Amino acid sequence: MTAPVLDIRDLVKEFPLRGKAGPKQTVHAVSGIDLTVRRGQTLGLVGESGCGKSTLARCAVRLTEPSSGTVELGGADLFAMKGRALRAARRQLQMVFQDPFTTLDPTMTIGGILREPLEIHGMHRRRRDEYVRELLDRVGLDPGHAHRYPHEFSGGQRQRVGLARALAVEPSVLVLDEPLSALDISVQSGVLNLLEDLQEEFDLGYLLIAHDLSVVRHTSTEVAVMYLGRIVERGPVDAVYDGALHPYTQALLSAVPVPDPRAERRRERIVLTGDVPQATDPPSGCRFRTRCRLATEICASTVPELVEHDSGHRVACHHPRTISS
Amino acid sequence: MTAQNPPLLMVEDLSIAFGTEEGTARAVEQVSLRVESGQVVGLVGESGSGKSVVSAAILGLLPNTARVTGSVRFQGTELLGRTESQLRELRGNEIAVVFQDALSALNPVLKVGDQLAEAIRVHDRSLTKKQLHERVVELLDLVGISAPEQRAGLYPHEFSGGMRQRVLIAMGIANEPRLLIADEPTTALDVTVQAQILEVLERIRDRTSTSILLITHDLGVLAGLADRVVVMYAGSKVEDGPVEPIFYRTAHPYTRGLLASLPRVDRRTDRTSRLYRIPGQLPNPHSRPEGCVFHPRCPHAQAARCDRERPQPSVVGDGHVAACLRIEEIG
Repeated sequence: MTAPVLDIRDLVKEFPLRGKAGPKQTVHAVSGIDLTVRRGQTLGLVGESGCGKSTLARCAVRLTEPSSGTVELGGADLFAMKGRALRAARRQLQMVFQDPFTTLDPTMTIGGILREPLEIHGMHRRRRDEYVRELLDRVGLDPGHAHRYPHEFSGGQRQRVGLARALAVEPSVLVLDEPLSALDISVQSGVLNLLEDLQEEFDLGYLLIAHDLSVVRHTSTEVAVMYLGRIVERGPVDAVYDGALHPYTQALLSAVPVPDPRAERRRERIVLTGDVPQATDPPSGCRFRTRCRLATEICASTVPELVEHDSGHRVACHHPRTISS
Repeated sequence: MTAQNPPLLMVEDLSIAFGTEEGTARAVEQVSLRVESGQVVGLVGESGSGKSVVSAAILGLLPNTARVTGSVRFQGTELLGRTESQLRELRGNEIAVVFQDALSALNPVLKVGDQLAEAIRVHDRSLTKKQLHERVVELLDLVGISAPEQRAGLYPHEFSGGMRQRVLIAMGIANEPRLLIADEPTTALDVTVQAQILEVLERIRDRTSTSILLITHDLGVLAGLADRVVVMYAGSKVEDGPVEPIFYRTAHPYTRGLLASLPRVDRRTDRTSRLYRIPGQLPNPHSRPEGCVFHPRCPHAQAARCDRERPQPSVVGDGHVAACLRIEEIG
C-alpha cells in the first residue's frame, strides 16, 4: 500500500454556542476521527446532513482550526506550519467545492481565475497563458474560452473550471466536498470520469465527501461512514458495500433506490425511525443507539471502539453482524 | 378501460412557450401523457426538461405570459382556459400538489395540526371540531409521524425536514384527491429520509385510491414506485411506457444514455471502468436544436435526417412509445 499523504488523527471539532438566554451549549461536530488518504487512491466519506463531514473536510484543509487532534500532510503537522511551509502545504492540498455557481468570482474571466493561484505560488511565470490553455484542455473545456466569464458556462463546465483551478498548482491531494451534487445526471458522469482520469494521470489522493452512496462506490478505494461526528464503519469499498456490519450503514445502503424495478420491489428497505439527535446533545455511548434496532444496555453506557473485523474492515458497534447472519 | 371511462388525467399535444428578452423560450413542445385511476406515473427529466412546467399547467399555475396550446383534461373536463375560481375548486380537492421545499410551504406561526385542519376545512365545512381533530391525527399517522396527537400541537420549526415534508403530503391527501402531483418530493432530502417519504407514497398508493404523478430527476426512485414512466428531454417527451420495459427494454437513446450514466450502489466496478457519458450539454431553451432535440448528443444521429425532421412517438411495445426517427434501425 502506498504511503499516506494526508493523515487525520483523533480530530475533534466543537463549536460553542453562545445564546443570549439559556445554558451554554456545544456542538459536537467531529468527535475523534482518524482517516488516511493515500496517493492514487480515493477515500469516500459518506454520511447525512449534519453528520460533520463538511466540518471534517474544512479541518483537513485548514480552513477551520480543530479543537484537538492533528492533520499531517506528507508527515508534517499542517496546523504547526507557518509562512513559506504553510504556503507550500496549501499548494499540495487543494479543495473543490460543491457549488460551482458561488465559488467562482463572477467578475473574473476563467483565465483570470486559473492564473490567480499561479501568481500566488509564483508558478509558470513565463508561460502562464499557455499553461492556462493546457489546463482548460485537460478538463475538457475549450482553451479558446479563457476570456469568458463564469456565467457563460453551464454547471458542469463550471465544476470543470473549479477542478482546473485546484489542479493548477499541481497538488498531491484533493478534498472534494460534494463535487457532483449540483449537477444533472447526464453531466455528472462526465465530471466523475474526469476525476478518475486525473487521479490516474497525476497520482492524486482524493478525500471525496458525498451523500450519494452510488458515486462513492463507483469512485472510491475505501469508504468511511460517518454518523453524528463519529466514524461508525470503514474499510475497502466492496467489503463495506457487500458486507456492511453496522446497522446504520445497512440502513443507509438499503435506502438508496436502484434503477432496476424488479430488484427495487424485492428489496427490504430498512426504514429508520425518528430523527438524527441534536449535535449539541449527542446520546451517551453509541450515538446511533436511539435509532438502532439492535441497541441494548451496553450501547448506552459504553462508546463502541472502531475495531478491525476483517482485513481493513472496521466497525464501531457492540453488536456487529451482516444482514443475512 | 372503456369509452365511458375517460382517463383520470389526459394531457394532449401540450405546448408551452414564454416570451423573454432573449426571444421565445419553448419550455414544452407537444407533450402527451395520461394517468389512469389508481396509477403512479413518473415524469422524469433533467433541468430544463419541462417536467415542472407540465405540472404547473395541470394545476393552472402558469403565469399569464405563458402561451399554451393543446389540451389538459381531468376526468374528461378541459382544464385549460378555466377561471381561477373554477380551478381553485379543483385544486386541493380533486387535484393536490406537494412541492419540494417543505419549509417555505408551511406557515411558521401556526401549529402543524391547525394548518392541516385548515386544509381540510377549506373544502369540507361539515366536520365538527372533534371530527376535524380526529382526521388530522389520522392523516399524521398515515404519513408515518409517530405520536400524532402530541405532534399536531407543535410548530413547523419543531419538525425535522423529513417530518415537514410528510406534513405537506398529509395536507396534499387531506381531502382524498383523485390525483396527487408530487414535484421532486424527495430532492434535497437525505437518503434515509427519502426512504421514509417513499414509504409514505407507497402507502398512499396501496391504501387509497389516489393516483400519483411523481415528478423527479431520479430514475431509481421511479423504479420502485411507478407503474408508468414518462421521460422528458429539453421540453419534449422522448419515451413513455410501463416501468419494466422502460428499464429493461429501453428504447430511446437518451433514456439509454441516462441509465448508462448512473453509478450503481448495487454493483462492483473495476477501478479502470468508466461510466457512459452523454456528450455535449443540455440545450438552451431559447435555441433548441432543429429536428430531434437530442440529435446533437445522440450516438445514433444521422445527418440530413435527425437534424431536420421532428420525431413523433412511435410504438415499440405494449403501451410503450419512443420518439426517435431511427428506432427501427438501432433496435
